[in-house]
Amino acid sequence: MLRSLWDYRGYVRASVARELRLRYAGSVLGALWQVIAPLALIATYTLVFSELMRARLHGIEDRYAYAIYVCCALLPWSMFAEILTRSQTMFLDQANLLKKSNFPRICVPVTVTGAALANFAIVYAVFGFLLLAASRWPGMVVIGALVPLTIFAILGASLGVLLGVAHVFFRDIGQVLGIVLQIWFWMAPIAYPSDMLAPPYDRWIAANPVTPIVIAFQDIFVRRRWPEWGALAYPAVVGIVLAALALLAFRRESPQIVDEL
Amino acid sequence: MKGEVNCVGLGKAYRQYAAPWLRLAEWAAAGAWTRHRVHWALRDATLHVGRGEAVGILGPNGAGKSTLLKLITGTTRPTTGTLQVEGSVAALLELGIGFHPEVSGRDNAMMAGQLLGYRAAEVAACMPAIETFAEIGEFIDRPLRTYSSGMQVRLAFSVATAIRPDILIVDEALSVGDAYFQHKSFARIREFRAAGTTLLFVSHSAAIVKSLCDRAVLLENGRIIRDAAPDRVIDDYHARIADHAVENAIVEGRGGDVRSGDRRAAIEEIALLRNEAPTLVVRSGERATLRVRWRAIAPLDDVTVGFIIRDPLGNDVYGTNTYHLQHRQLDVPAGSSFICEFDIGRVALGVGHYNVSIALHREMVHVSGNYDWWDRALTFEVIPGRGVHAIGVAALEVECRMKQSTMRAGG
Repeated sequence: MLRSLWDYRGYVRASVARELRLRYAGSVLGALWQVIAPLALIATYTLVFSELMRARLHGIEDRYAYAIYVCCALLPWSMFAEILTRSQTMFLDQANLLKKSNFPRICVPVTVTGAALANFAIVYAVFGFLLLAASRWPGMVVIGALVPLTIFAILGASLGVLLGVAHVFFRDIGQVLGIVLQIWFWMAPIAYPSDMLAPPYDRWIAANPVTPIVIAFQDIFVRRRWPEWGALAYPAVVGIVLAALALLAFRRESPQIVDEL
Repeated sequence: MKGEVNCVGLGKAYRQYAAPWLRLAEWAAAGAWTRHRVHWALRDATLHVGRGEAVGILGPNGAGKSTLLKLITGTTRPTTGTLQVEGSVAALLELGIGFHPEVSGRDNAMMAGQLLGYRAAEVAACMPAIETFAEIGEFIDRPLRTYSSGMQVRLAFSVATAIRPDILIVDEALSVGDAYFQHKSFARIREFRAAGTTLLFVSHSAAIVKSLCDRAVLLENGRIIRDAAPDRVIDDYHARIADHAVENAIVEGRGGDVRSGDRRAAIEEIALLRNEAPTLVVRSGERATLRVRWRAIAPLDDVTVGFIIRDPLGNDVYGTNTYHLQHRQLDVPAGSSFICEFDIGRVALGVGHYNVSIALHREMVHVSGNYDWWDRALTFEVIPGRGVHAIGVAALEVECRMKQSTMRAGG
C-alpha cells in the first residue's frame, strides 16, 4: 500500500495543488483569499479579546496575549476539523473516480490530509508574519510546534479514515460529526484558559487527547517555552493506536467501499 | 506473456440490503444472522485472451459486460475464481475520468495521465503528441468547461492512449465523438493492435465489433453464453434480442405520442425479416422483408400502407407505399386483418442505424385520411456487407478503373 502510494506521489502532489487552487478558482483575488481569510479571523479575535473585552491571561500582562492564545490553538484545531469533515465524505465525493479508475485508493485520504496541511501552512505563515510584525515572535521554540502538529495530523487522518469508511456504509455518521466536533471543541482549552475550570470538569478536559496538543501550542506561542514533551505522550499513543486501526480498516474494507459506492 | 488475460470461473456478487440498519444488525450479529440478498453480476466466467487478440464483448444492458471489464481493470475484486492480467492496462471505462471543469485542458491531461500511473515527467514528454492527436488547438490552455463534449472526448482519448499499453480496455466510450475523430481513434487502436496490444472492447454497435475484433463473446444474465467469431456471435446476439425488442417497440408505441391517426385502421405488428426470421440487423446489400400486420377497425373504402426509412437525424432515406406499388386495398370490411410484405431486394443502405415509420392512410398521401401513423415503429442496424468499405447512407455499387494518363502535366 505504501509502495503504491510512493509510485503515485506525483498524482497526490498534483491533487493537493489542484484542491488548493480550486478553493478560490473563479474569484478575482484568487489565492489572495488564502491569506485574507485567516487575516480576518485573527483580526477579529484580536479586536474582540484584546481591545473590546480586554481579556488578560493570568500572570501575563501583554494586551495581545489572549488573542495569540486563542489563535495559536484555534488554527490547528480548524485544520483538524477540516480533515475530519472532508474525510468523512471523501469516498463518496470521489465515487466515480474510484469505480472507474484503478489507482491506489490510499491516495484519497492522503490527498485530503495533504490539502488540509498545506492550507494550514499558509494560514500559520500569516499568523507567524503577524507575530513578527507585532514583535511577539517566540523565537527558536517555534520549531517545537512541529511535534504537536504531527500528532494532531495523525489523529485527524486516522479518525478521518475510520469515519470515511464507516460513512460509506452508514450515512448517519454525517449528521453526528458536526455535533461531536462542536462539543469536542469546548472540551479543550482553546477559547478559554485551562485554569478557568473548576473540578470535576477539569478532569474531563484532561481526558481529552486534544488538550495536551493545544497546551503545547500555547506554551510555545504565549509562554514562549518548549512544550512539556511528556504530556504529549498520551495523544501520541492514542494517535498511533488509531492509525493502526485506520490502516487495518482501510485495508480490509477498501474493496467493499468500491462495491458499495 | 505480456498482454494476456486469463479468467477462470470468475464471479462477482454484490450484497444488497433492504435497509441500512440491516447491515449494522448483521455486523453486530457477527455472521449468526444474515439479511442480505446476493446479486450475482457475473458468474462463472472463463475467458482466455491471448496477446494481440481483439475481443468484442456483447450483451444487453445488465448482462455483466461492465463488471467483467471492471474486474480485468482491477477497480473491483472478484468474489470467486481467479484472474491473471499480464502487463500494463489502460482502461477507457469512461472518458474524462478525473477531469475538472475549472482546470485547463493541459493540467487535466497531466492529472489524467498520472491517474493512469504514469509519472509527471512521462506525461509531460507525451504532451506535444497528446496535443497533436487531440487537435483542439489553443483550447488546450483554456478551462475544460469551455470545451464541447467532442473536444473533451478528443483530449481524454489522446491522454489515455498516449503511451501504448499491453492491454487496452474500451467500454462504449468512443460512441460520443464526431465521425472524424472516431475514425482517427479506431486507426490508433488498430495501430496498437498491430504492435501487439490486446484489445477488449464493449459496444452495442455490431458494425464496430465486426470491423475491429477477431473474436466476440456474448454475455447474458451474468454468464458468458457464446465465444466465437464476431459474425456468429453477432447473429446470435441479435436473434436473442430481436423478439424482445420488437415486442417492446409495440408496447412503447401503443398510445404514445409518436402515434397519430383516427384509428379507423390499426397497425398491429411490424417486423423486419431476414431469411423469414425477425431481425434488427441486416448486412448492407442483403435481401430483407418489411412485414406489417394491420386490421381495419371500421369499414374503409381505400387503404394504403406506407413506410419510410429515416436516419438517426431524421432525414428521409427512402419511402414508398402500396398506392405507388399498385397494391391498394379497396372496400375493406371492419375487423378484417391483413399482412403486407415489402420485399427489399437489396438493402442498399450504408452502415449505421435507421428507423422505420409506418402509415395506414387513404389514397396516395395521408392528408386525404390518416388512419394510423406510427413514427419510429422499428429501429434496425445495417452492418458491413460484402461490398467495399464506404461511408454515407447509400450503398452504391462502385467499380474503379485507373490507368496511367498519356497526357503530361502542362503539356
